Parts: sequence; C-alpha cells; structure tokens
Amino acid sequence: MTKNPAEKKAGFFVCILTVVNSSANLYIQLLLKPPAKQNVSLAYESDTIAAIATPEGEGGISVVRISGDGAMSIAAGGFRGATTIDKMSSHTAHYGRFVDEQGKTIDNVVALVFRRPNSYTGEDTVELSCHGGRYLTKRILEATLRLGARAAQAGEFTKRAFLNGRIDLAQAEAVADLIHARSERAHQSSLAQLNGVLSDRISLVRERLVESISLLELELDFAEEGYRFTEKERVAGQLKSTVSQINDLLTTYSVGKIYRDGVKVALAGAPNVGKSSLLNALLQEDRAIVTEIPGTTRDIIEESISLGGLLFDLIDTAGIRETEDLVEREGVRRAEERLSNCDILVLMLDGTRAVGAEEVAAISRLTNAVEQRGASCVFVLNKIDIMEPERNPVLDVEHITRRHDVVEISARTHQGLESLKELLVRKALRDMPSTSEGGITITNARHFSALKRTADSLGLALETLECGKSGEFVAVDLRAGLDALGEIVGATSTDDILNSIFSRFCIGK
Amino acid sequence: MAEIDKNIDVVVVGGGHAGIEASLAAARMGCRVLLVTMSRDAIGRMSCNPAIGGTAKGHLVREIDALGGEMGKIADTTGIQFRLLNRSKGPAVWSPRCQNDREWYSKEAGQRVLVQAGLTIYEGSVVGIEIEEVGSIQRPRILGVVTNRGDKINCRTVVLSAGTFLRGLMHTGLSNREGGRYGEPPAKGLTENLEKLGFASGRLKTGTPPRVDLSTIALSRLEEQHSDNPPHPFSHSTQAITNRLVPMYLTYTNPNTHNILRKGFDRSPLFTGVIKGVGPRYCPSIEDKVVRFEDKERHQIFLEPEGYNTNVVYVNGFSTSLPEDIQEEGLRSIAGLEKVKMLRPGYAVEYDFFPPYQVKLTLETKLIDRLFFAGQINGTSGYEEAAAQGLMAGINAALAVQQKEPFILKRSEAYIGVLIDDLVNKSTEEPYRMFTSRAEHRLVLRQDNADRRLMMKGYNLGLVSEFMVDRLRKKEALISAGIAMAAQHTVSPDKFNPYLEKISEGRIEEKERLAKLLKRPNVRLADLVGLDSLASTPAIKEILSLSEERLKNEILEQIEIELKYEGYIQRQVEQIQKFDAFEDQKIPINFDYGRIKSLSTEGRERLSKIKPESIGQASRISGVTPSDASVLMVFLRG
Repeated sequence: MTKNPAEKKAGFFVCILTVVNSSANLYIQLLLKPPAKQNVSLAYESDTIAAIATPEGEGGISVVRISGDGAMSIAAGGFRGATTIDKMSSHTAHYGRFVDEQGKTIDNVVALVFRRPNSYTGEDTVELSCHGGRYLTKRILEATLRLGARAAQAGEFTKRAFLNGRIDLAQAEAVADLIHARSERAHQSSLAQLNGVLSDRISLVRERLVESISLLELELDFAEEGYRFTEKERVAGQLKSTVSQINDLLTTYSVGKIYRDGVKVALAGAPNVGKSSLLNALLQEDRAIVTEIPGTTRDIIEESISLGGLLFDLIDTAGIRETEDLVEREGVRRAEERLSNCDILVLMLDGTRAVGAEEVAAISRLTNAVEQRGASCVFVLNKIDIMEPERNPVLDVEHITRRHDVVEISARTHQGLESLKELLVRKALRDMPSTSEGGITITNARHFSALKRTADSLGLALETLECGKSGEFVAVDLRAGLDALGEIVGATSTDDILNSIFSRFCIGK
Repeated sequence: MAEIDKNIDVVVVGGGHAGIEASLAAARMGCRVLLVTMSRDAIGRMSCNPAIGGTAKGHLVREIDALGGEMGKIADTTGIQFRLLNRSKGPAVWSPRCQNDREWYSKEAGQRVLVQAGLTIYEGSVVGIEIEEVGSIQRPRILGVVTNRGDKINCRTVVLSAGTFLRGLMHTGLSNREGGRYGEPPAKGLTENLEKLGFASGRLKTGTPPRVDLSTIALSRLEEQHSDNPPHPFSHSTQAITNRLVPMYLTYTNPNTHNILRKGFDRSPLFTGVIKGVGPRYCPSIEDKVVRFEDKERHQIFLEPEGYNTNVVYVNGFSTSLPEDIQEEGLRSIAGLEKVKMLRPGYAVEYDFFPPYQVKLTLETKLIDRLFFAGQINGTSGYEEAAAQGLMAGINAALAVQQKEPFILKRSEAYIGVLIDDLVNKSTEEPYRMFTSRAEHRLVLRQDNADRRLMMKGYNLGLVSEFMVDRLRKKEALISAGIAMAAQHTVSPDKFNPYLEKISEGRIEEKERLAKLLKRPNVRLADLVGLDSLASTPAIKEILSLSEERLKNEILEQIEIELKYEGYIQRQVEQIQKFDAFEDQKIPINFDYGRIKSLSTEGRERLSKIKPESIGQASRISGVTPSDASVLMVFLRG
C-alpha cells in the first residue's frame, strides 16, 4: 500500500473533558452561565490535493498522488507522453516525462490514472511514479502545486476516502492502524478488528451491562408497581466479572502497542565485548526491511530485525566505559539515560575478561534504572567458545544477574543465538498472553481510552453499589460506562434499557 | 356567523391539559387567545386516572409550575391524597403524586381559564386550518382555522392540542363507537385536512379501566394506602394543603380472574386484530398482562375513589377493552369486589397522531410556520406530558407573535427538554411516557430544584410573579451562604456524638467540618441546626429566622443535598459539559446531507427529515449511527 508519509491516525469523536469548578452548587452555576456561541465554518471543498505518497528517503521509486476534481487537468499540465491524461482509461499506467513550468523535464515518470469513484479517495486520482530521491520528488510535487493543487494535510486522503463513503469509521481507524502496522502481528490484529471481533465482544459486554442497569432502573421508575431491587449480589458479581473482562482486554494494549510500535532493544557493554558481532549475527539471519517513520528520532537505531512476528529496533550507544574524563563521563551518563529508556536492555559481558569495578557500578546503575521503569533486562555472555569456564565473568556481577536471565552465546559461531531470540520475544511479550480470550488485542488508542473509562466508571458504580446507595447513584456511573462502550460499537443507552425492562417485566398499573 | 375578535393572536384547539397551559401562557404573555373546546365544562377533564404526577411525571409538574404553568396549582387545590414516591431512594427520584377529585379538578381548571384576561372560550371544534402560501422559498404560514359551526377565525398562530379526539374510536369488546372520551363525540375532518397539507399521520391506542361503585366494595377487607401527612405540594407557591385526605385501597387479581378474562379473548378487539393502533408497553391492558406474563399469579389493583362527593371508583391496573360481561365477571372474582357494581366499562381508544419528527424543538411544525402541535397529537400519553408541551407551545406561539427568540429547554436543563428532544429525534412509535431513566442527567434534574433551574426563565417570559422570584433570590443567597458556612464550620465531638449515636452513625473523634459530616447518609441538616454553635452562625441564624416554614425547609434541604451528593453531582456536571459541547456544535439550517456520501442511507434519510440543529441532536436521532455523527463532525470541521 502506498501512503502519504504524513498520514496520521485521525482521532474521530474524541471527547475532551474540561476541568470543572469543584465547589458545591455546581449545577446551578452551570445553568447561570451564558451559552457558548460557536460559528460553524463549512471548509470542505472538493479542491484538489497533492502529496508525496511514499516514505521519505532514498527509496527505489517515489509516488506523488493527486486527488480531486482537478487531478486529471493538473497532471495533464505537466505530463508529456504518447497518450494524454484525458485519453487514458481508469487503472492504466503510462510512461512519459514530467515537466516544470518552463517545459524542462524534471524526471521520467509513470502516470497511473484512477477515475472516480473507483479510487482510494473516491475522487479522480493520478499517481505519478518517479525515480525516487528527495529532490526530484519534491520538484514534481512543487510542479503540481504550481498547476493548482493544494498540499494535502496529514490524513487528508483517508479523510476524503471516509467522507466519500469509500471506507467507514472503523475501517478508517483500521486503515490508520494498518498504515502504522510495522509488523506481521500488528497487521493481523488490525485485520481482526476490521472483521468485527472486537465489536462482537464489546456488544456482549454491553448487553450484560444493560441487563444490570435495567434491574436497577426498574425499581426507580416503577416503584408504584411494587418492584424492589433485590439483586445487589447478582449485579455486583456481574459488574466484577465485566470489569475483569475489560481489564483483560486492557492488558493486551501494552502488547498491542508493541505489535504496532515495535520493541526497542538497547545493546550495552564494554568496548570490544562483541556488540557489533552480535548485531551482524542477528542481522544476517533476520534483517527486517523497515521504512522510516517521520517524526521519530531514530538517530541511535542501528538496525531492525523481525523475530516471531515482532519488530525489534536495536539501539547501540556509547555504552559502558571506564573513563576519568569529566566531560566524557557526562556523555556516558547521558548515554546510559538513553539506554535505560528501552523496552529490553541487553547487557553484554565478555567471557574472556573479568568485569572491572567501574563497570559493575555502571551495570548496577543501568539495571536499576531499567527495573524501576518495569522494563526487562537480559544478560548475554559472549565468546563462550573461547571462554575458560572457571573464569566466568558472570560471577563478578552475580548479585545482579541472579535477578535476570543470562544467555550464553558466541557471536562468532552463532552458538546460543536461537535461545537469545526466543528470550527476546518472550521478554517483549512480558510473559503475558499475547491476546485476551477470543483472540482480541487492543491496538487502537481510542479503544483503549474508551475501555479504560468504562472500567473506571464500572469501578465507581461497584463502589457505590456496595456501600448501599440508591440505584440512581449506581446508574450514573454505569451509564457513563455504557456510553464509553457505545463509543466503540455505537448504540444509545436509554432505549436499550427501557426495551430490556419492558421485555422482561410486567409494567403498568 | 358569530361575532369573533378580528385580532386573535393564538387559537388553541382543545381544552385538555395541553390546551389549558397553552392558552393561559399565551394570554399571560400578552396575546389575545381563543380557546376552542367542544364544551366549556369539558376543560381540564381527566379522561383516565384521577391522579397527577408519579415517577418522572411529578418532575414534569414541578417544572411546569416553576415556569409559571397551572397544573401544579390545580392539582394542589383539588388533591385528596398526596404521596412522595421513592422516598427511600435518593432525592433525584423522589416523585410527587396526588389523587384528585375528578370533577373538582375540571371545574377548577375551567374557572382558571375563564377568569384569565385576554382569553376567550369558543365552543365548537376545528375542522380545518387555512394557510397562506408565501412563495416557494418560505414555508406556508397559518392564516386561521375553520370550525364545525362554519366560522372562519383569523389568527396569527395555532396550537393544536386535540388529544385523543382526532378520529377517536372507542372499543369495548367487538363493538366500537366513534368518540374521543366516554360520552363525547370525536373531532372529524382535521386529520384529513392536515394530511392534505402534507403531514404524515399514524394511529395509537390507549385504554382506561372500568369504574365501579364505592358502596358495593367490601372496603374493610382491603389493605389501605394512606396519604403522606403533611402532604408535599406540587406548586412552589402552595403554602400548605388543608384538604381532607382519603385512603386508596389495594387488592389483587388471582388465577380465577385470569381464567375468566381468557374466556373473553375471542371477543377482544386487541387479540382479534380489530385494534390497529399501537399501545404503550408500560401501560398494558389487564388482558395483555395475563397473556405476556402467564406465570404471574396475581396483578396489583388500586381502587382509587374519584372524589369526595361521588361513589365512582377508578380500578387502577385493570385497563381493558374486553366485552362488558367479561369485565364485570372478572372484577367480581377479585377479593373485596365480589358484589361490585360496575358503573361504566373500560374501553380502548384509538386516535390519530402526527409522528413528532414533524415538529421542531419549539413544537412548531416544520411544514407550516406558526402552527404548533402539543400533547397526544405528538404521540405522548399522560396529562403531565401533555401539559408540559402545551406550556412550551403556548410560550413559543406567543414569542412567534411577538417576533422574539424561541424558548427551548435543553436535555441538561429540564425533563421538559428531554421530553421534547426525545419526541423530535426518536419520533415515538408507541404512546410516549416520561421516565426518570430517560433523563441522562437525572441527578441534577431533580423535582426539589425545579425552581432553581427554571423559575428565572419563567419570570423572564412574564409567567412568574415578582414575589416568587424574590423568594427564589432569597433562597439562592441563603443556600450559597449555607454551603460556604458548612465548608468552614467545624463541629466538635462532645456536642455532636450524642446525635450521631441516636441516628446510629459512627462517632467522630476530633473536630470535623460540617460539610464532611453531612456526607453521611443519615445525618440531616435540619436535625443539626439547633445544635452547638451552628445555630449562631450568621447563615443558619438567617435561615431559621425566615417566617415561611416551607422556604426554611427548602433551603436546608438544598444545602444538604448539594453537599451530601457533591461527588455524584460533580460527575454529572462533567457529563453535562461534555454533552453540551456537542449541543453547541451547530449544523447550518438547510444543510444538504446528500453531499456527504459516506453517511449511511438510513442516517442520511433521517437527518434530512429531522434537520437537527446540532451534532448532539443529530447523534440522538434514531437511525443515525455514531459513525454518521462522526462523519458529520469531520465534515463540519472541514
């Protein structure tokens, strides 16, 4: 899939809570406030937008995408080939040149024509593939802008696809996830979401909540019919199990995030411990082809590898060094800070060399920092092929290593490499089940937030219920929880609650 | 042709609970109002239950009263039993309800209409409305109405509140007769006229139970249900209720009753398909209950005397359209009713309504300017729902005449707002009744703060007296002072522990702020004010020195509720702010939904039909998915 590098996940329908005055008499104060006036602007026009649709960098080819009513004429303004753009039929590719306003050739291009509504955005679309390289691609984009296109905003192609009915909201979000999906598992999880597994689960949870609420509401609205709420235990039990189900889903989010964002692995160790050899050994077998993601600072990432369907970014820094130089020491300290800011810290020890006192101190500092953040540490003992077993340096830091896994390898002979890979995958998933029961992983921040709010609200409701307060106080949080769930699957609460009551109880004097 | 004022501002069609409020409000706002009713004596008749209020309905009455409406005052004047329902729950669901002397209620209502300046009564019925076409861009505007007496009455606005009278058809067994209420003819012609003008109509059904003779009931064998004493009035201006209070009686159906009723099912208009209209699920007939809840061995029956000077008793819970002989036999199988004399059979009534997506939030129709619909014509059931709409329609008709901004209440402001918003957006398919669970902001839309929420609005409209507003201002000032005092004032263990022990609350070990102490469920501010230093604080001193006992209690109650439930109220306020953010995102009038291809087909259709005014309203329209609402939002934000 080609994409706009600036494509950002759109946060649809996200509510922002304002901070409120915390004194009593709140509501009356609210009523007395003058109503907010808001002007509505209708900015949507079907103007034509253009952007570079391939990742930035020196790729093989680059694509400039133009979409909108004027896409064809704008492309025609710069395209010179055997066929003119207006004669091309939809979904065909044509070789030619793209020229600037002076008629000078910028690059040889292939023009791909998609006529509406059969394009990604649902509008007339032309994609110009050129020879890549930042400079040429930018010049072609600039030429289209001079010809009347507007530079697309982040996410605008997807937004148009959404507004033109080419994709629905859930799909739009899944597309955004897919675009961000950098590994196989993330891809699967987005696909599962597209297929509605999550919606089904949420709907089930909602149904049970509606039932609980209707038991409470029954007594409140039909007191005259003699209904009394006697099922506190049952509702409390139901709430507890619902909260724990949602919490299960929530725990998959950190895993889900790893699926989507990848795992940061920091390699640390004294010079000549064999970091480069290990890096090369891993890359030789599992090098991942990754694309640059704009906006992330990746200056210290050396390479990426793909293990068990997950993407690992290997980070190398100055690392652990003994030094007397104060300035250099500061550099080391900063490097250590960055090192500790990873998902997994791999500490390498040289099997042929004892660990010096300064190094022990550095290892201790690093592991402490990583542990405090709740991240994982892995010790790798290198050069076991030439190590003298009785002079095992692990013994020098045993007080630290006994809290962590130690893998013995030889970067040179690849001995122990498989064990290390397995351990990295296990650590990345933190010994947690990778998906909740039913194969669902939460990877979408909006879903996470809605579920989190649901769990919080249900927790409050449970608290109120258990301290014996009347049903309407329980209901206020239950319904907030229900509404939060509704943000994921979409449904109105009141009608569902009343329908549930009417279908199950004999109402009416 | 009769002599009719040429300068009528508002014609109100129908003198029921909606018509009373509409005509009084418009007249009080300075309009010349003509109330068209079939009979002067029929004004304010209680067609069904001789009772006002109940869960959520009681809230509506309190709101109507706060805005300057009449229902609460009439109910207080003519009430014979008063109860505050749900007293064991939190204050948000306390709901006042009263039984009324049916005849007195109607007389009292008629009297209040009669003495209102600017309001004239016209006996007759409206058979059509006349409109003026004002070009293709503007909507047609109302010109006047035509009556069955052949009069053409010119006017600026019309409020239609014809109740169940539009093509009313009453069923008892398989025999049916035309009529809107027992012994009263239906209103004909108007539905056809409105349909010709482009309105869609539907058919609904409601029912009423038989009436029986009090002297033939074995009262001594029945459980009595007594009034609260002293009663809680509906109206903010009622000082005290001094009417003699009477009990209701409770009995139950039994399996034998159900068997008798089953014998008549082959002659039931409901089960044989004679009745086409949709009835309310929350108010089923007794035959419906027997069928749908087969395993329930008994159903509750309330025997409600209809007044001081009558033998008529309303058999609440026994609404039916079964044949007369079956009704009587069924009744006689019930404990206490073995020898009962049935005075009048129950019946079902089918009537026309106009699905309320056809009105705006002002209750003005979308099709014709200055034509308003209120009450059962919009698909609601219940006197209170009707009165609330009547009041809003009357107010907006008057505002339209005066060319002022319309008056709309938000869902976060009043049950009345919830009611009208639901009608417009969900366009009910069964007779609509208010429930507290329909109000998502229930914890703050309480009956006890109806005046604090709405009275200033009523005053600004010219419907509430200076006296009542002065009272409200004093009340607000003292509530604020009381809350501020409670946040500061500390109470000491030695003075307060005896009280805490008495109400079985845990002791305090050290000084504690009053506000914190009040959070305990059993602690009452009214009990505390006499204790220790509290009585000498300026705030409490001033409250206790008030001469009006009721005002004093109201203030103490407000302080206590605000403090006791502060956490929950705060959460609700946060929800409201979030909610209002969507309400404030306006959608331009005449927005073309056809432009957005990604809307669901149903969503686009519903949006085009209802023309919501905000994103919030759009999201509540049935058939509009959250995805549709998101599309709209993305689109409007550009």
